[in-house]
Amino acid sequence: MTLSRPLGLGLAFAALALLYALPAIAPRAVVQDLFGILTLLVLAMNWNMLAGFAGLVSVGQQAFVGIGAYAMFAAIILMGLDPLVGVLIGGVAAAVFAIPMAFFAFRLNGAYFAIGTWVVADIARLGISQWKALGGGTGTSLPKGTAKEMAFVEQIKALLDVSSAAAADALTYWLMLSLAVAMLVAAYVFLRSRMGLGLQAIRDNENAARSVGVDPVKLKALVFLLTAFGTGLCGALAFIQITRVTPDAAFSVIDWTAFVIFITVIGGIGTLPGPIVGVIVFYALQRALADYGTIYLIVLGCLGIAVMLFARRGLWGMFTDRTGLDLLPLTHRPPRLAALQPKPARSTV
Amino acid sequence: MMLIDTLAQGLLLGGLYALFAAGLSLVFGIMRLVNLAHGDLIILAAYLILTIATVTGLHPFLAVVLAAPVMFALGWLLQTHLLNRVLGTDILPPLLVTFGLSVVIQNGLLSGFTADSQKLTAGSIEAASVSLGFVTLGVMPLLTFASAVAVVFALNQLFYRTALGRAFRATSDDQVTAQLMGIRPQNIFAIATGIALVVATIAALYLGTRANFDPSIGPARLLYAFEAVIIGGLGSLWGTLAGGIVIGMAQAVGASINPEWQILSGHIAFVIVLLFRPRGLFPRAND
Repeated sequence: MTLSRPLGLGLAFAALALLYALPAIAPRAVVQDLFGILTLLVLAMNWNMLAGFAGLVSVGQQAFVGIGAYAMFAAIILMGLDPLVGVLIGGVAAAVFAIPMAFFAFRLNGAYFAIGTWVVADIARLGISQWKALGGGTGTSLPKGTAKEMAFVEQIKALLDVSSAAAADALTYWLMLSLAVAMLVAAYVFLRSRMGLGLQAIRDNENAARSVGVDPVKLKALVFLLTAFGTGLCGALAFIQITRVTPDAAFSVIDWTAFVIFITVIGGIGTLPGPIVGVIVFYALQRALADYGTIYLIVLGCLGIAVMLFARRGLWGMFTDRTGLDLLPLTHRPPRLAALQPKPARSTV
Repeated sequence: MMLIDTLAQGLLLGGLYALFAAGLSLVFGIMRLVNLAHGDLIILAAYLILTIATVTGLHPFLAVVLAAPVMFALGWLLQTHLLNRVLGTDILPPLLVTFGLSVVIQNGLLSGFTADSQKLTAGSIEAASVSLGFVTLGVMPLLTFASAVAVVFALNQLFYRTALGRAFRATSDDQVTAQLMGIRPQNIFAIATGIALVVATIAALYLGTRANFDPSIGPARLLYAFEAVIIGGLGSLWGTLAGGIVIGMAQAVGASINPEWQILSGHIAFVIVLLFRPRGLFPRAND
C-alpha cells in the first residue's frame, strides 16, 4: 500500500515550502543549525546511493568533501572567483578525482574496497597538506568578508531586510536545501529508471543481472562519479559556512564519513527516506547528549551495531514492514498481462 | 651508506607492521571477515598492558603474558556474541558492525584514559643497540622483527601442523563440508579471533614501547595493516610479513627524503604494488 499520491505530495510540498521560508521567519541560529543537518543529509543520501544501492561501501567519502572544499578555496583565493563558482568547481574537482580513484579502488572487491577508498582519502589529505599556497598542513581561511560579497547576497539582504552575514547564511542554506531536494528527486528518478533497476538487480544477484545484460562495472562507476560530484558540491558549500579549512578538518573521517554511515544505517540503508529519518535521530541524539562528550559517539556506535544486528533495514525499514506504508516506493508492479497483448483494433461501429 | 641504514630501519619497522597485520590476515583467511576495528583493538591491548604494568608494577614484557589471555577471551566473546551473527554473503553488516565497534572502542578509551599520549617504558633495553659494522641497529626494533618472524612461523605451524589448523583450513575451504565432519565453524571462528587478538597484544607491546600512543591512532594502524595484508596477497602469512616490510621500507625511504612524506610514501607503495599485482605479491587462492 502506498500513501495516496495527492495527499503525500501535498504534505511534502507544504514541508518544503516551510523549509524554504525559514530564513524569513526563524532566527539565524536555527538556519545555521539546519544548514548543518542538511549538509549531513546530502552526504548521507550520497553514501546511501553508493553503499545501499550500488553495493560500494566507501570509507573514503571525506576525500571528496576535502577536495571540494580545497578546490573552492583555491578558486576564491588563487583565482579570485565568486564563491558560488568555487562551489561548482569543487564538485567538478571531486568528480575528476573520482576517476583515478575508481580506477584504483575498483580493483579491490567487496570489503577491501572500503579500505582502498580510505587509503586514497588519506593520500589526498597528505597530498593537499603539501600545497603550500593554501597553507600546507595548517590550512588557511577565506579572505575576510568573502561570504558577504557572494553573488545574490545584496538582493537577499534587501529582500529579507537582514544583515549581510544573515543573508549569506540564508543563501548557503537555500543552496544546501536545494541540493538535498535535487539529490532526493534525482535518486528517485534514477532508481526508478532502467539503469536504477539494473543497479538494484546487481545488488541482489550480480550473476543473474549480468546474464540479462546489465554491466555492473559501468553502472557502479557511474554512481561512484555522480556521488563524488554531489559530495564535492556539498563539501565546498559546507566550507563556505566554516570559512576556515585545514587538511585534518576537511578530510576528517569521523565528521564526513563515520557520522554519515551511522545516519544512513540507523535510518535505513537501501531505502530513500532512510537518510532523512537517520539525520533526525542523529540530531535529536546530538542535542540530548551534547553535554556528555564522547558518550555521544559511543551511543551512536552501539546504535549502529544494534541496527545491523536486529533490523538491517534501519528504522525506516522497520516502519514500512510494520505499517506497509512506503512514501517513496522503488518497487515496480509486474507488467499486467493486458499490457503485453497487442491492443485490439478499435471497432468501427 | 645512508641508504643501507634507511633500508635496514625500514625492514625492522616492517616487522611491526607485519605484527599489526598478522591477526587481520588470519581472520580474513579463515572467515573472510574484514575487521575495521583491528587497529583500535591493538590500541585497546596497549592500554591493557599499560594498566596491568602500572597496577602490578610488572615490566611490560611480563604484563603481556597477563594481557594476552584477557584479549583472547575478548576476541572469543566478540566473535561469539557479535561477529558470528553478521557473517554471511552480504558484506555490509560485518563491515558496519566492526566500523561501529571501532568508534565505540576509540571513544571508550578516550573517556577512560583521556587523549593524553602514553608510553610503555621497558627500561634500558629501549636505548640499547648492536653494531653490525656497517649499520647500527636498535635492540628493540630487532626484537620486534624477530617477534614478527616468530609469530608468522608459529601461526604457519599452527595452520599446517595441528588438528586445530586443519579445522581452520577445512572451514576456510568449505564450511558446509567441514560441518559434516563434526567441526563447528562458529567455534573455529571464535578461536581464530581470539588468536588474532593475542597477536594484536604482542603488536601492542612493541607499538607502545616504540613510540607514544593515544586513543585516536588506531585507524592509521589499521590502514598500514591492511596495506601489508593486501600487498602480501590475501591468506598468505609469509606474504603479510613481506607486505609489512614493503610498507616499512617505503615509509623509511620517504621519511629520509622529507619527514612529511613518511606515511604518504607507504600509501603510494601500496597503490603501485596493487596497480601491477592486483592480487598481491603472493596470492594463495582465488578468493
